Amino acid sequence: MAPLLEISGLKAYYGATEALHGLSFTLAQGGITTLLGANGAGKTTTLRAISGLVRREGSIVFDGRPIERMATEDITRLGVAHVPEGRGTFVGLSVEENLKIASYGRRDKSGVKRDLDLVFTYFPRLKERIAQQAGTLSGGEQQMLAISRALMLGPRLMLLDEPSFGLAPLIVQEIFHIMRRINEEAGVSMLLVEQNAALALNLAENAYVLETGTVVMSGPSAELKNDEGIRKSYLGY
Amino acid sequence: MTAITSTVPAAADGARNLTRTLLVGFLVLAAALPFLVGKSGFISNFTFLQLSLMIVYAIAVLGLNLLTGFNGQISLGHGAFFAVGAYTAAILIEQFGVNYWLTLPAAAILCFVIGYLFGLPALRLEGHYLALATFGLAIAVPQMLKYKHLEPLTNGVMGINLLKPDAPFGLPLSGDQWMYLVVLIVAVGMFWMARNLLNSRPGRAMVAIRDHTLAAGTMGIDTSRYKATVFGISALYVGIAGALHAIIFEFVSPDSFRFELSIAILVGAVVGGVASLPGAVIGGVFVQFIEKYADAMTKKLTQAIHLPLELQPWTLYGITLIVLIYVMPGGIAGGLAALWARLRRPPQGG
Repeated sequence: MAPLLEISGLKAYYGATEALHGLSFTLAQGGITTLLGANGAGKTTTLRAISGLVRREGSIVFDGRPIERMATEDITRLGVAHVPEGRGTFVGLSVEENLKIASYGRRDKSGVKRDLDLVFTYFPRLKERIAQQAGTLSGGEQQMLAISRALMLGPRLMLLDEPSFGLAPLIVQEIFHIMRRINEEAGVSMLLVEQNAALALNLAENAYVLETGTVVMSGPSAELKNDEGIRKSYLGY
Repeated sequence: MTAITSTVPAAADGARNLTRTLLVGFLVLAAALPFLVGKSGFISNFTFLQLSLMIVYAIAVLGLNLLTGFNGQISLGHGAFFAVGAYTAAILIEQFGVNYWLTLPAAAILCFVIGYLFGLPALRLEGHYLALATFGLAIAVPQMLKYKHLEPLTNGVMGINLLKPDAPFGLPLSGDQWMYLVVLIVAVGMFWMARNLLNSRPGRAMVAIRDHTLAAGTMGIDTSRYKATVFGISALYVGIAGALHAIIFEFVSPDSFRFELSIAILVGAVVGGVASLPGAVIGGVFVQFIEKYADAMTKKLTQAIHLPLELQPWTLYGITLIVLIYVMPGGIAGGLAALWARLRRPPQGG
């Protein structure tokens, strides 16, 4: 089966500074892949380059279609949903408005309703908070909202940027459990960026390790978990 | 387009109905005011002019509020759009004999186009940089109005004198009373449109862009097009305010629209309360009332409490501003809302 996402020679820039130096990797249809690496390795930038949020060069093929020249909103429409670093909550809107912003431009009211119901089966807690101002949610709830909002786009690929950031371990476990369910039940492929390597390697089948803008190691998660270098640098034992 | 319905408790619904009833009553009273007063002189024409100016500034503050409060873009240059709107009305009326009503859509369209075109390159700018670029606009436009080759149209530094329109249909109203009514009607329409915009999907997209531009983009919102369009709409509002100002003030000149005007509109927006429609009204009152009366009030205050030192005219204005910002960082509208919430909440023990 052809990969869902195929990236080769990807470069990305912040102003004149090159942040990615020719990155290449693939993501299988229906799979979960994680990008590991220290701060500044280029994980977030990789996700942003895929979504068209930074200037980029090279080839990005999503589902057989080149997207490296497309605008963010068009990439979104193809089925790539980005869950940004720091959750990106629209604090001035209610939970419901946050969720429905994703269906902007959609005409099928019943489809929106169906997606909303689906979201609430994964995150029933958001249903209780539906009329609440999103800025008043807890960190964990805001992360749930961010994932739900992405789910409302009806995506085939979800780009998740540090969903565990700043959250209590129990909440993180709950959220990662739901992410696995979304992957298995809704068939959403995932590209996961994480600082918490142990957590990420448990969820993902494949992993790529980035260092200063290039891939230095890759393989199935199970293999990387046993690699001594990875253990020392990222897992800490 | 469907409205997002959210479950609102019945109590909030009741409060909303009450607010609406009060608002409609107030507006009916405001509209009836010139008819009730008639030619009795109980409220002078000058006072009607002052009220009209407050409403005009409220429209301008609302325009900036849409941009800054609801879309997160700062402008220090909206006086420029005010000037463009005012000159559009003045030139059309004086040089081409156009009916004053028709100058409003003309000013609106022109300012929308200029605002949109200015908003496009401004997309690359954020925060302080956008503020500075717009500040440049505020500095440049009055100078451009003095440009020699535009003089046949603009009359250069001399400006353009206008005549206030008379009340139509033989209504028993003075020119000032009639224009007060016109300004009031236009303002109600503009606020109503702003409210509908904000309650629509595009309105929520505006707020989403303000709250988190990057995330809004990943939700499929074309943030660039939105920001430029909101800049245009914002300029449109301020342009209409400018056109009304020209008509009721019967005069435009480059020096009427110096950069202080841009600052005054921004101060009005912040003091009234950004991201608040009632805040825009309060802001309009503040711009007209405090600015124009700060001088007289400073003098009176100095005499009344026998201050040993002589306060300079703008002192009171400055002090008012500082106190307001410290006491009510959310603007007067935000401060009142917080106060109201505190009064309604039963006192809690401990």
